[in-house]
Amino acid sequence: MSIRVRSTNPTDDEAREALQGRPAEEHVPSHNITKPEGEPAFSISDLNFWYGTKQALTNVGLDIPRKKVTALIGPSGCGKSTLLRCLNRMNDLIPGVTIEGNVRYRSADIYGPGVDPVEVRRRIGMVFQKPNPFPKSIYENVAFGARVNGFRGNLDDLVEGSLQRAALWDEVKGDLKQSGLALSGGQQQRLCIARALANNPDVILMDEPCSALDPIATLKIEDLIRELSTDYTIVVVTHNMQQAARVSDYTAFMLTDEEITGQLIEYAPTEMMFTQPGDQRTEDYISGRFG
Amino acid sequence: MALANTTDSTGLSHQMRKRPFRRPGENLIMVALVLCAAVSIATTFAIVFVLFADAIGFFREVSFWHFFNFANDWQTLFDPRSFGVWELVAGTVNVTLWSMVIALPLGLAAAIYLSEYAHPQTRRFLKPLLELLAGVPTVVYAYFALTFISDDILLPLFGENISFFNSLSASVMLAVMILPTIASVSEDAMASVPRDLREAAYGLGATRLEVAFRVVFPAAISGIMAAILLAIARVIGETMIVAVAAGSTPNLTLWPHESIQTMTGYMLQVALGDAARGTTDYTSLFAVGALLFVMTFALNVAAQIIVRRFREAYE
Amino acid sequence: MSFVEATPDAITLRAEGRVARRQAWSRASRWILLGATGVGLVVLVILGIDNAIVGIPSLDWDFLSSYPSRKAEIAGIRSSIFGSVWVLVFTVAFAIPVAVGSAIWMEEFAPQNAILTTVRLNIANLAGVPSIIYGILGLAVFVRLMELGPSILAGALTLALMILPMTVITSVEAINQVPPSIREGSLALGATRWQTVWYHVLPGAMPGIMTGTILAVARAAGETAALIMIGAFTFIAFDPALSFSGLLDSFTTLPIQVYNWTLRPQTEFRANAAAGIIVLMIAVIGLNALALVVRDRLRQS
Ligand SMILES: Nc1ncnc2c1ncn2[C@@H]1O[C@H](COP(=O)(O)OP(=O)(O)O)[C@@H](O)[C@H]1O
Ligand SMILES: [Mg+2]
Repeated sequence: MSIRVRSTNPTDDEAREALQGRPAEEHVPSHNITKPEGEPAFSISDLNFWYGTKQALTNVGLDIPRKKVTALIGPSGCGKSTLLRCLNRMNDLIPGVTIEGNVRYRSADIYGPGVDPVEVRRRIGMVFQKPNPFPKSIYENVAFGARVNGFRGNLDDLVEGSLQRAALWDEVKGDLKQSGLALSGGQQQRLCIARALANNPDVILMDEPCSALDPIATLKIEDLIRELSTDYTIVVVTHNMQQAARVSDYTAFMLTDEEITGQLIEYAPTEMMFTQPGDQRTEDYISGRFG
Repeated sequence: MALANTTDSTGLSHQMRKRPFRRPGENLIMVALVLCAAVSIATTFAIVFVLFADAIGFFREVSFWHFFNFANDWQTLFDPRSFGVWELVAGTVNVTLWSMVIALPLGLAAAIYLSEYAHPQTRRFLKPLLELLAGVPTVVYAYFALTFISDDILLPLFGENISFFNSLSASVMLAVMILPTIASVSEDAMASVPRDLREAAYGLGATRLEVAFRVVFPAAISGIMAAILLAIARVIGETMIVAVAAGSTPNLTLWPHESIQTMTGYMLQVALGDAARGTTDYTSLFAVGALLFVMTFALNVAAQIIVRRFREAYE
Repeated sequence: MSFVEATPDAITLRAEGRVARRQAWSRASRWILLGATGVGLVVLVILGIDNAIVGIPSLDWDFLSSYPSRKAEIAGIRSSIFGSVWVLVFTVAFAIPVAVGSAIWMEEFAPQNAILTTVRLNIANLAGVPSIIYGILGLAVFVRLMELGPSILAGALTLALMILPMTVITSVEAINQVPPSIREGSLALGATRWQTVWYHVLPGAMPGIMTGTILAVARAAGETAALIMIGAFTFIAFDPALSFSGLLDSFTTLPIQVYNWTLRPQTEFRANAAAGIIVLMIAVIGLNALALVVRDRLRQS
């Protein structure tokens, strides 16, 4: 595995300096980063991330609340996907990345020694930007996770339950044998959600789940996200601010500027963020002045 | 000059292509270029003509039915001579079967390793090394098959139970020879499986092994089929290894320990002898050659069709 | 059924039970697959070492400079080296102009119609034709019809046809990699299309064409079956004449000589074959390495 994980301790600053060619930023906790109430699902601190030598996240720190919808917004390329993929170790799969800092999930260090990325991903499901069903039947798509894990229960029930939970059952129950690729884009995305739900995760990460869909399919997915939030912790990346406003409880605004790549500018309850942003740049962004 | 007025793209380059040539000498150059391109077409026609013209001569002497009758031996050395081609086909199928039994697991494992496991740098280093196996002259493999595999390993190991010339020794070296074909073409097919699918599977908590075998392999299966067909075509057409190591006794068997003769082995044997032009021995060379040509052609065309379908599916 | 169980709050994310087993398999599979990938290479290395042990004692100047002989101790590869070099020189001389000409026509001048598609498909199929079939073609056309006999000329023509598809394919790729902007720039300056091709496209494609050519030569250098088909399996104890009539001399090549010695039942010849293989492999690996070097130069520029 070509991933280098470092924990934050003072001696590492030298290495970091060497890598970046400039002194490490001091982590200044911003007053615009709200701490949600209750035990967080994720607790992220001092997170830095590099693709090779190119930094993509700088000193990101926030707590993501449990059983709520948290939206990550910001202009394209600001590091939203990178941050999201740090939460279930999907970035481990990219050769030559370096992750530094602390990501805790329910107080367990996700990058801690002995932690198994497969176990992490099993508990923290993911839905991608472009619907990506396997070229298999609807049934096999939903059953995939259970099959690889040697699920012992009733597979038919699991498939049906997951499809119902993803609001797809009524549309496909007649023909579970048809290819997942034969469905419409919106249906495919709901199939991908059902597939993730069948793994019985605690968290679902969604990376711009509606960006490839038409408005009606988008609305369906948004309704589904709201509904799922009663049982699951959901983190959703979007560059659509209306969508963030509609579906999320908390919103994080990220930005890459000339000096610092992938920084977290502001994090607050969604309503507050959209009514009284605490940072000028947030205000500029949500009022459509750039991005 | 009509050739220059292409019917393709519009715009700038189209207008430029219509620009007349300035120098009359360039007409001559165009003719030369067209002639160059015609060489390959002419080669195909020549191959077909040469093979089938003399094959027809053969079938004037030996009936089609006799040639393709399962009951007939391939016995050309003494009377009564008999030309039942199945014994030669069986020899070819024999080495193909056993070389595939060896090469398929290894080649596909290599493809999966290179595509799903290896670090890009490891792959850059390992792939050309593996492809070197395909660059070794087959006469070298032929020598290895006879002296090292058969003489030094198989004979001491199996003693009386295996003949000195045997299909297994040839198959082992044929397998080494086609490993890179299987590995390389399958790896290309797996590499063109969209990243999306891998991420979907990893995101569901699949291990690398599960992603490779349950997602990437099935998604690339048609490309892998094409790799196998190409490999089979190469084995069928390979001459030196089988001529040296597999024997020269036509034999309707699929056992690996027996001495056999393949179609190519027979053809080389005729060439080494001095069959007079026009004799049945001489024309049988062309009949067997025509059959070989048809078989490899069919396999190559099938592989190309599969590859094209596969590309369309993912591009 | 319930989807969200109440989970205890403190969790470890360690692999346990089934997940641990699956991961163990997955980790093991890396080494198993790597092992399988290496099998072919290991076999080749073992055979190479074994072969070196058998062959090196025979490999001396006498071996390189003697003609073949009935006696294994004094037999050498002089005439096979001459034959191989001569045949390959003419193979390249015939194949490369035709291959590059075809590629230029296909990429730069051909009408985009069924004719071009046919030419493309035809070349793809010719690339899959077994070498022994090219040998039959050479036998029927060059040796018999054109009455060249089993000569250097007939051998070179046969091998040229054999490597033609491969060299056309690599030349086409090389020409394709020349950016269109170079063509447009040249055409915009008023050059004719042929001038553009000659002064701009071809020089840009040259490293790629050379890489392909070297690899094709490596393949032709090891070819045996096609040359035996045209009747080159003969005893040669003279150097080829450096004249046009010398082109009509019969010849032998290194792989043919190795084949010859392989067939001899006497074990002394086994050492000769092994020594011949060492020379042949040095040539083939050298050509492959050369091709890699040329390709890297191409990447750099
Ligand atoms: N696999 C990768 N390799 C190198 N750089 C990458 C990779 N993925 C993303 N990046 C870079 O990292 C930065 C953040 O990307 P990303 O997290 O995808 O942004 P967002 O999702 O906000 O659009 C971008 O500049 C992007 O070019
Ligand atoms: Mg993104």
